[in-house]
Amino acid sequence: MSGVRVLVGTKKGAFILSSDGTRKRWKVSGPHFAGWEMYHVKGSPADPSRIYASQTSGWFGQIIQRSSDGGKTWETPGGEKPPAPGGGPAGASNKFVYDTSAESGKPLTTHQWYDGTQHPWEFKRVWHLEPSLTDPDTVYAGVEDAAMFRTTDGAKTWHELAGLRGHGTGPKWQPGAGGLGLHTILLDPANPNRIYIAISAAGAFRTDDGGKTWKAINQGLRSQYIPDPKAEIGHCVHRIALHPSRPDVLFMQKHWDVMRSDNAGDLWHEVSGNLPTDFGFVIDVHAHEPETVYVVPIKSDSEHYPLEGKLRVYRSRTGGNEWEPLTKGLPQRNCYVDVLRDAMAVDKLDSCGVYFGTTGGQVYASPDAGDTWSPIVRDLPAVLSVEVQTLQ
Amino acid sequence: MIRVELPQHLRTLAHVEGEVQLEIQGAVTQRSVLDALEARYPALCGTMRDHVTLKRRPFIRFFACEEDVSHESPDAPLPDAVAKGAEPFLVVGAIAGG
Repeated sequence: MSGVRVLVGTKKGAFILSSDGTRKRWKVSGPHFAGWEMYHVKGSPADPSRIYASQTSGWFGQIIQRSSDGGKTWETPGGEKPPAPGGGPAGASNKFVYDTSAESGKPLTTHQWYDGTQHPWEFKRVWHLEPSLTDPDTVYAGVEDAAMFRTTDGAKTWHELAGLRGHGTGPKWQPGAGGLGLHTILLDPANPNRIYIAISAAGAFRTDDGGKTWKAINQGLRSQYIPDPKAEIGHCVHRIALHPSRPDVLFMQKHWDVMRSDNAGDLWHEVSGNLPTDFGFVIDVHAHEPETVYVVPIKSDSEHYPLEGKLRVYRSRTGGNEWEPLTKGLPQRNCYVDVLRDAMAVDKLDSCGVYFGTTGGQVYASPDAGDTWSPIVRDLPAVLSVEVQTLQ
Repeated sequence: MIRVELPQHLRTLAHVEGEVQLEIQGAVTQRSVLDALEARYPALCGTMRDHVTLKRRPFIRFFACEEDVSHESPDAPLPDAVAKGAEPFLVVGAIAGG
C-alpha cells in the first residue's frame, strides 16, 4: 500500500510524520536530534530508506546525519567508530572546507558584508541537502557562506564545487537577513549536467557542465531595494521550483514578486497577477499538473505574517497571474505565523498532497491538491523545512 | 587516566554517558586531550575546534580545576590534578538563555 513520509526540520529537532495513502491518520516520530536546529531533512529519490539531515548549532557547529532505514536510526557518516588503520578519514562528514587548491579550487576571496565592506568567506552551516536523483550516496549541499559542496560517498566526505563561489560576481554577493545562504538546489532530471541554485542575496545561477562553471540567470528580475534594480546579481531570490516533466520552466518566489521563466532562467517575467501581496518565501508545483503552482503570500519584508491574520495558500492553475485563495481548514483570523522558504512540499500520490510548515509549529496537509487542509501537528518548534517522500 | 566531562549534546553525539576516560601518552595538554577525544569519538571532530585551524569554537570553553584554560596555549601542560585523573577536564558550552 502506498504512503507518505513527511520530513520536518525545526528549530529544536526533526520530526517524521507518516501516513498511509489516505493521509488521514498520522504517526509522529521525534524529536530526533532534540535541541538542535534542523535546517533540512531530505530523502534520496533513488532509495527512500536513505535520508540525510543537516543538524546545526551555534555552539557545536555543523553535523550531517544519515539514516539508511527511513529515519528509524541515524549515524554520523565516518564518525561511528574509530577508523581502521589505513582507512578513510574519520569524522569528516561535517568537514566543509572551501577548496582553494590550484587544481580544482578557487582563491578564498571576499563577499560583500551588510555595511558594504568586504568580508572573508566563512563556513557557518548547511542550509539545504539535495540528494542525487539516481545515486543514494551522492548529495549536494548548499551552505552559508554561499557555496555548493558534493559528496559521492554517502556524506563521509564533502568537496566544494568551487566554480560557483569563484564566479566573478562573488565579491558583490551580500547576505540576506538570515545570512549569505545557498538555499535552493534543483537538479534537472533530463540533463544530469544542469543544476539550478539560488542564493540570498545574490540571485539565481545555473550550471550546464555539472558544476564546473556557472551563469547568473537573473535577467528580467527587478528589485527596487538594490541600487540597480535590474543588476546582474544582488537579487534576494527566496525559492525556485520546477516540474520534473518540464525542467526548463521555472517558478520563483522572490523577496517581492513571483516570477516565471520558460527558458531555463535566461529570462524571467512576473506572474504575481492578482496576488494580494507578492512577498513570500515558499513556492512549489503540483506533482502532476506542471501549470499548477502554490505560494503562501506574506504581508511584507518587515511583517513576516499573512495579510489580515488569515493564513491562505494561493494556487494558480495557469502557471501564474491568475491565483485563487485556498482557505478551507486554515486559520482565517489572528494568525501571524510565517512559512519559511524550505517549508513546502508536494507528494506524488494520484491526488497530489501539499504540505507546509509554519514558524508557529503547525504542519498542514492537503490530500486534495490544496482544496482542503488540516494540521498534522499543531505545536512543534518553529518549522524550518518540510520535505515529503512518496512511498510505494 | 584522564577524565573528561562533555556537555550533554556532545555526549549524545558520541553515544556516551557520564565522564569519558582517556589514556594519553606523553604530556597532558588541551591539544593532547582533544586529539585523544576525537580519535576515540570521531563524531566529535569539528564540534569543539575547527577542523582545519584547530582553533576553539567561539562558544566552547575549557576548564581545569575550576580555572578557565580556554585562552591558554593548547600545548601548555594541564594541572597535575587533571593529568593524574583526580579532577576532570571540562568542555563547557557558553550559557545561553534568559
